[in-house]
Amino acid sequence: MEKMARVTTALGGNALTGRTMFCHLDAPANAISVCRDAAQVVVAGRNIFKIYSIEEEQFVEKLNLRVGRKPSLNFSCADVVWHQMDENLLATAATNGVVVTWNLGKPSRNKQDQLFTEHKRTVNKVCFHPTEVYMLLSGSQDGYMKCFDLRKKDSVSTFSGQSESVRDVQFSIRDYFTFAATFENGNVQLWDIRRPDRYERMFTAHNGPVFCCDWHPEDRGWLATGGRDKMVKVWDMNTTRAKEIYCVQTIASVARVKWRPECKHHIATCSMMVDHNIYVWDVRRPFIPSAMFEEHKDVTTGIVWRHLHDPYFLLSGSKDSTLYQHIFKDASQPIDRANPEGLCYSLYGDLAFAAKESLVSSDSNRKPYIGDRRHPIFFKRKLDPTEQFEYISSCSALSVFETDVESGSMDWFVHTAKQYALAGRPLAELCDHNAKVAKGLDRNQVSVGRLLLQGLGAWKGLMGSCPTQVAQTWTMLRIIYSSLGTVASTNLNHSMGKGSTALPLMNSFNLKDIPAGLGSESRLDRSKGESRTENILMDSSSTLINNEDNEETEGSDVPADYLLGDVEADEDELYMMDHENPHAEEQEYSLPQEAFPLRHEIVDNPSALDHLQDKADSPHVSGNEAETVGQGRLAPRQRQRGRDGVADARGVLLADLHLPLALREPPALRLLQPHRAGHAALLRRAGRRADGRVRAHRAGGAHPQGDRRADAGTAPGGSALPCWDPVGWHPARDWGTSLLLQPLSGRL
Amino acid sequence: MDARGVVCWRAADVHTHSSLVLYQWHNHTAAGMFGTPCPGHPAKELGIRIPRPLGHGPSRFIPEKETIQVGKEDATMHTLFAESFATLGRLDNVTLVMVFHPQYLESFLKTQHYLLQMDGPLPLHYRHYIGIMAAARHQCSYLVNLHVNDFLHVGGDPKWLNGLENAPQKLQNLGELNKMLAHRPWLITKEHIEQLLKTEENSWSLAELIHAVVLLTHYHSLASFTFGCGISPEIDCEGGHTFRPPSVSNYYICDITNGYHGVDEIHASQAGSIPSTESVCEVEALMEKMKQLQECRDEEEASQEEMATRFEREKRESMFVCSSEDEESAATRDVSRHFEDTSYGYKDFSRHGMHVPTFRVQDYSWEDHGYSLVNRLYPDVGQLLDEKFHIAYNLTYNTMAMHKDVDTSMLRRAIWNYIHCMFGIRYDDYDYGEINQLLDRSFKVYIKTVVCTPEKTTKRMYDSFWRQFEHSEKVHVNLLLVEARMQAELLYALRAITRYMT
Repeated sequence: MEKMARVTTALGGNALTGRTMFCHLDAPANAISVCRDAAQVVVAGRNIFKIYSIEEEQFVEKLNLRVGRKPSLNFSCADVVWHQMDENLLATAATNGVVVTWNLGKPSRNKQDQLFTEHKRTVNKVCFHPTEVYMLLSGSQDGYMKCFDLRKKDSVSTFSGQSESVRDVQFSIRDYFTFAATFENGNVQLWDIRRPDRYERMFTAHNGPVFCCDWHPEDRGWLATGGRDKMVKVWDMNTTRAKEIYCVQTIASVARVKWRPECKHHIATCSMMVDHNIYVWDVRRPFIPSAMFEEHKDVTTGIVWRHLHDPYFLLSGSKDSTLYQHIFKDASQPIDRANPEGLCYSLYGDLAFAAKESLVSSDSNRKPYIGDRRHPIFFKRKLDPTEQFEYISSCSALSVFETDVESGSMDWFVHTAKQYALAGRPLAELCDHNAKVAKGLDRNQVSVGRLLLQGLGAWKGLMGSCPTQVAQTWTMLRIIYSSLGTVASTNLNHSMGKGSTALPLMNSFNLKDIPAGLGSESRLDRSKGESRTENILMDSSSTLINNEDNEETEGSDVPADYLLGDVEADEDELYMMDHENPHAEEQEYSLPQEAFPLRHEIVDNPSALDHLQDKADSPHVSGNEAETVGQGRLAPRQRQRGRDGVADARGVLLADLHLPLALREPPALRLLQPHRAGHAALLRRAGRRADGRVRAHRAGGAHPQGDRRADAGTAPGGSALPCWDPVGWHPARDWGTSLLLQPLSGRL
Repeated sequence: MDARGVVCWRAADVHTHSSLVLYQWHNHTAAGMFGTPCPGHPAKELGIRIPRPLGHGPSRFIPEKETIQVGKEDATMHTLFAESFATLGRLDNVTLVMVFHPQYLESFLKTQHYLLQMDGPLPLHYRHYIGIMAAARHQCSYLVNLHVNDFLHVGGDPKWLNGLENAPQKLQNLGELNKMLAHRPWLITKEHIEQLLKTEENSWSLAELIHAVVLLTHYHSLASFTFGCGISPEIDCEGGHTFRPPSVSNYYICDITNGYHGVDEIHASQAGSIPSTESVCEVEALMEKMKQLQECRDEEEASQEEMATRFEREKRESMFVCSSEDEESAATRDVSRHFEDTSYGYKDFSRHGMHVPTFRVQDYSWEDHGYSLVNRLYPDVGQLLDEKFHIAYNLTYNTMAMHKDVDTSMLRRAIWNYIHCMFGIRYDDYDYGEINQLLDRSFKVYIKTVVCTPEKTTKRMYDSFWRQFEHSEKVHVNLLLVEARMQAELLYALRAITRYMT
């Protein structure tokens, strides 16, 4: 770990301090829970049940609750919960179906209090009522939920899930009588504790088991659910029908979700399988986690925020037999690793590639963006003079490469198919072999692409495309995988006029829109590649950070470009916090603000206040914000913006090249799956971690057939498109009215 | 027209193929697949030997008249037959027996089709070859023969069929995993997985490995089904036909008057006379026990140690459950013998009561873990298997023999958990005492044999358990056996893979 921050947070006098630290447990943990004083944590698992106190520098074992010589399955905990009102009260759910309560106030060594053996199968979850001391709820594999009054020997009511296994139960934080239950068949039910005869509401939330849910700590209407289908969904329950308002697609089944305190849109998740990391997502930016903790070596089984009102301390237990305290400051930032690029084929084999300007702009040779956009490739909103976001730091470039008709022959394909080796040997060898093959077929270009294959899961997909595109694609990918702005730009631009030199990767692509002189020359040889690139002109000079208020940022290794004041999304709240805490060292990064407007505003928020707030986060509506300067409520925001300069103006994340199985596994060669009708595929990359889907969207506007130009900007219905994607060809048409660019955070 | 012919024609009708196509297909099976016409038996005018089915009906255990007759099936079954015919190119005996449970059959066919024919990491001939390898572990010539045909059909190299040592090294490497999966899956460790994935020259990718593992477990358990239900050889396969002219000219008459029918009646009278009263009681007794267990569950609370002991006892005893009859080992003609490795089998250690470590399903379950891993590496297959397990586990008609409206969940759970128990898989929330109450010895013998050494299954075993139960119910039991076994094998393999990946 590069840095171990020491963090102090003011919580009405009780400062939480600490650092990132861990301790070894004797056995894998299944669940953890914190005491309300935020100073103790209980860890439970099949062979462990202990309480640790959280000290400044370390965890200290306080109490071992597994007493007695004989191992009992009653101690084999699937879940544990610490009462948030009574510090002496704990409850565990055992894998054999027993619910046990523990009273730490007991003088004896054995703290076991009550034993409820009513469930016939494993109890997956126990939950105390947030305000009622004696009320405990359990959910079991046997399909029942039971409510216990701890003063009585038996359960007081039983709720039947119709023999569908219950995976999670959570009392609503605000509605006294309400609890939510999630089921193995994908359903979520809401129950009124007084009405055991039938549920109040039910809806299908996921495809497959819903492993977990969490009520929003502040907003009574929001329920987050996580499922085996790898989704995290946020439901607004205020409406008559539960409405999905956010959806985050992760890369593995979601085992736990926990809203981050004091940050309205942040939620922490961990997964059940394969992926060991903990992510904190801003639900409005579902592509890239805003923070990531990578300490665990095996799956994380329990996550909990240390204090109800502190967003910076996260505790976690894992199958790797460790207990961790994570400090937000030490979290890694996936956005750092994500280069904003995207590429996509059209139906006819044309290739669009978009990248952050800085990655391709080092060559002065490149054709600059000129005002005359008869056929702007770039979708560009008509600038609204009131907007502040006309010219902001980052630029993006889009290149479109057209397939040479001459290269239509498919002979190469047959040869390639016969000779390429795609499996059975280490990747490097395979690449070498294929490079040779490519050479043999007079397709030198391809051999260059070897580099690209590092960690690239999309190989097969590439194999299926045109030879030239293979090369093309590989260059692109290489650009993506090489470090910022090094190889890439030169390659791209060299090929422009003199395709036969340097990397001949642009060969056989037609230049479009090329200046006459240059064009005539290059059209003579095969290398009629075009790299039509343009910039959305933004002020790239202003990436400096101006953080007077935050001395701590000095020396931070967070790239300036991505550094923001605080959890940008919730400025008001955080600003308030800053007031309370003059140090305000919580210099966190957040996802960059997009340079491009969100396509649709986030309008689902129930309250006007939230609505405004959301708007304020979107550059799209920043103009509105300017208009409403007078409102005092927005003042902090204004200030922040001024303070940060344009730090929150970012490059457009055109697309994320997604690696199906991430880089962690041996190269799984995997077919790219065009999302719709097999016509268009889009690679997305969101760093190593984020997940992406391959898809292309249909644009709304009519498109004159035969005009083979990317013409998104003039698409009549362009600005009213229902959805955006980073870069996408129209699935059914050769050229995209749908060649669209999307800011990093837009929701799909 | 013989019975098979009927089957074919029906399938053709269903599929709106012209009868010509089917006719050709039939000729193909008759002449093409069986080699040249034999000059010694100049049958008919063309000199083609016409094969006649040897078996009677799709199963040796179930009288043909009690199977679903082609032509008498309902609409659902009809569709399934069509589907099966379309994907397999035949209406095989497995389908004809499984169709007792159309809901399951549908899921089964869908999964199998996906594994063998749809997008996947392994080439087609590899898939069939792996099927052969797996089936041959249990000397299941029925499946081996089917897949030899398919293997050759998709362009597989006939040389490979001379034994595993003739196959590419990559497939040979899989041999060890195949053996362990089939007989002692609990021995699979992450080192085995590492071995397969890391061998330089012939390494497997994770996705390929998952595909292979799913295929292996699928065919191991399908072999269990084949033997457990006494599936007859297909007419076009060895042992499935004879060229001897029928004694009566009309096949139908032959079928009805000759052979099996008589045998069947003899059998029926045997079964009927001696144990009839006793076995009626058997059903009632079983139901009574189920009721008792249901009622006194809450009262009698066994201690934790007692629960653990019960599991261990059941596990240990399952080792020794063995049929006294060590009868004819199934016919091991043809290809299958090339794959045998008699040095490695279940019986080697079962006699010695080898210690099987305990696998806690609460720590690694199909629903939470296995599914995600499979679906991650071999998209959609996790979903298909999940559905199949779910259907098999939850399938019920609420009947027990002649009784209706019975909740059989307890019995089904006992069977499922007993099989997992034999593999050392323990459910913390299950009282293994129930197994002893609900499954009698002959039933345990049958289960044990079908799951662990399916090739040793005999008709006597099949007949001697649950005598009053319907054949469809015994097939139902087989579905549970098949799926529980498959899941058990998968759990071990997937856990090892997970550990490798961690």
